[in-house]
Amino acid sequence: MAAYPITPQASLSEILSRYVEGGELKAEYVRVEGEHSAMTVCISASTVGARVFTATSSNGLLYMHEQLHWAAGSRLPIVMCCVNRGVGAPWSIFNDQQDSVSQRDTGWIQIYCRDNQEIIDTIIQAYRIAEQVYIPVMVCYDGFVLSHTMMPVHIPDHEQVRRFLPPYKPHTILSPEDPRTINSVLFPWRRENPQGVLCDGYMEMRYKLQAAFETARTVIADTNRAFAESFGRDHGGLIWTYMTDDAELVMTGMGSIAAEAVAATDMLRAEGIKAGVVGIRVFRPFPKDDVVRAFSRAHAILAFEKAISYGYEGALCSDLKAALYGTGVNAPIHNYVAGLGGRDVKPRELAEAGRNAVALLEGQTMKNETRWLNCYTG
Amino acid sequence: MMHEVIWHGRGGQGVVLAAQILAESAYIQGFRGVTSAPTFGPERRGAPLTASTRISDEPIRTVSQIERADIAVVLDPTVMGIVDIFGRLKEGGVVIINTPHTADELSINGCFTVATVDASGIARQQRLMVAGAPVVNTPMLGAFARATGLVALNCFEKGLKKKMPADRAVSNFAAVAAAYDRTVITPKEERD
Amino acid sequence: MEAKDTNISALCTPAAGEGGRTGDWRDVRPVIDQTKCIPATKGKAACFLCWLYCPEGVVTMTIPVQIDMDYCKGCGICAEECPPNAIRMVREEDADE
Repeated sequence: MAAYPITPQASLSEILSRYVEGGELKAEYVRVEGEHSAMTVCISASTVGARVFTATSSNGLLYMHEQLHWAAGSRLPIVMCCVNRGVGAPWSIFNDQQDSVSQRDTGWIQIYCRDNQEIIDTIIQAYRIAEQVYIPVMVCYDGFVLSHTMMPVHIPDHEQVRRFLPPYKPHTILSPEDPRTINSVLFPWRRENPQGVLCDGYMEMRYKLQAAFETARTVIADTNRAFAESFGRDHGGLIWTYMTDDAELVMTGMGSIAAEAVAATDMLRAEGIKAGVVGIRVFRPFPKDDVVRAFSRAHAILAFEKAISYGYEGALCSDLKAALYGTGVNAPIHNYVAGLGGRDVKPRELAEAGRNAVALLEGQTMKNETRWLNCYTG
Repeated sequence: MMHEVIWHGRGGQGVVLAAQILAESAYIQGFRGVTSAPTFGPERRGAPLTASTRISDEPIRTVSQIERADIAVVLDPTVMGIVDIFGRLKEGGVVIINTPHTADELSINGCFTVATVDASGIARQQRLMVAGAPVVNTPMLGAFARATGLVALNCFEKGLKKKMPADRAVSNFAAVAAAYDRTVITPKEERD
Repeated sequence: MEAKDTNISALCTPAAGEGGRTGDWRDVRPVIDQTKCIPATKGKAACFLCWLYCPEGVVTMTIPVQIDMDYCKGCGICAEECPPNAIRMVREEDADE
């Protein structure tokens, strides 16, 4: 374990270091001078066969950026919590998801949690997923909104977790008896090594990572199912849904904002509006087939996001549109940026956006624009 | 019409510089499209390497590596046993080799026009030396002018001045001109 | 069928030639005059400064001393260090003749 404290992750790393110091957790806690080093320690330890963990937030995650690529490219099953926080500048310690969403293309699996029970359960699942497909997993949850909100959580039994999670088997064993050089330069071309074995070029290695992501979809769904059987809690595989069977208005988002949409759905249902929620639990690999099924009956879609790809729209909205392209799902998609820098997101605000979307269904053409929820400038 | 040139030599012999001077001089000659490029990647002194020049009447849009060249220039004959020079040369193409030997002595198979010049000998004669080794890259430009007729000698004189100090451009051009005179061309029909 | 690497991360095994055949870089080669070389003339293990100084580790500590031409880059350090000047650097094109 190696972590550098940063708000709002700090309580997590403090408590874990206390467990290690008190002997409750058999682990070595490596103190480091920054997040880049924290990830480097995890990469090294994972390479020689240790199961590792780290956690960070915001600019700390950004400081790790280069090593995130390195971890994924080395195919190391590292598990990390990202306690989501807005990034500076301007400085903010409060919640949004710009930090992890901006790391979307680093080659990490990203899972977003909607409550505290899901966080602990997902971390356990994350190891089983990562160690099967050899891709690192980022378990994301909203800073303060979840990290500093107390709620009852069932702590899984050690023995039961041990049965669910077999020991970590590295894809390569490094040993002085059988020396290996890892991650030396790869060229644009493939090459035959001195033993006469045809070795991959850089591009083939990249292809293998992408192929593993394709496999990961099934592994994530299977792991969730196995977890539900062992522990009796089902958080959804790649996505979760709420009242979507007959929903005409479907709201979507990642993490706690999707949980708020559930509350908004209850409000809208009470008014007779057939609303529902699709929670995007896994952002990478993107649940392309699951969303097509989940949105197939929608008349209008609202994507709420705590991040934006500057110069366009929310990254989730773009991915969603791409997944639905050519599938016959032609519902208008309304994109809302919400809750940046910790601005509170209330169910009544999401419900209001839902009512507007329903009103717009009456013969009006939709503009491709992103709205900013509860933002008053300009 | 586009002419593609691959330069063969070793790290430290000025292969990349020769490719650049040719592009510069061809532009002065009036070609509207010229590019020159090293082989992308790490270069090591002594290691066999290539550089390339493209020359065209129209602006050039491609920056990909040349698959098979119209013209191959060999600065160092010792790479011929290591690198497949003719595998990257079009049938009917021109190969220009720095060697004291004749085309027949080199026993080259295939349908190529062979131009030979003792560039190392010319450089030694004219005391064009760097770090104890003869400068062979610039004399090969003279052989190129003679063998291809694409770029005139006076354009190389101007091109050299753009790539090196005036005094060095003068001494290098003397070697270019000497190589032009001493280049022996054996057309493909006259071989074997 | 050719053997194919199945690693999922970029791994290689240390081996001669893993960095390429560096002997191809050579334009001059060391040639040893065994009538001057100290171990050869004395007939016993001695000197071996060429072995000690060779940055590529291609010189053997044997009698006679041998140099692996597949990987000798022709740097000339052995010739420079040789106390009796038994090693001469010869241009590659002349060496074959």
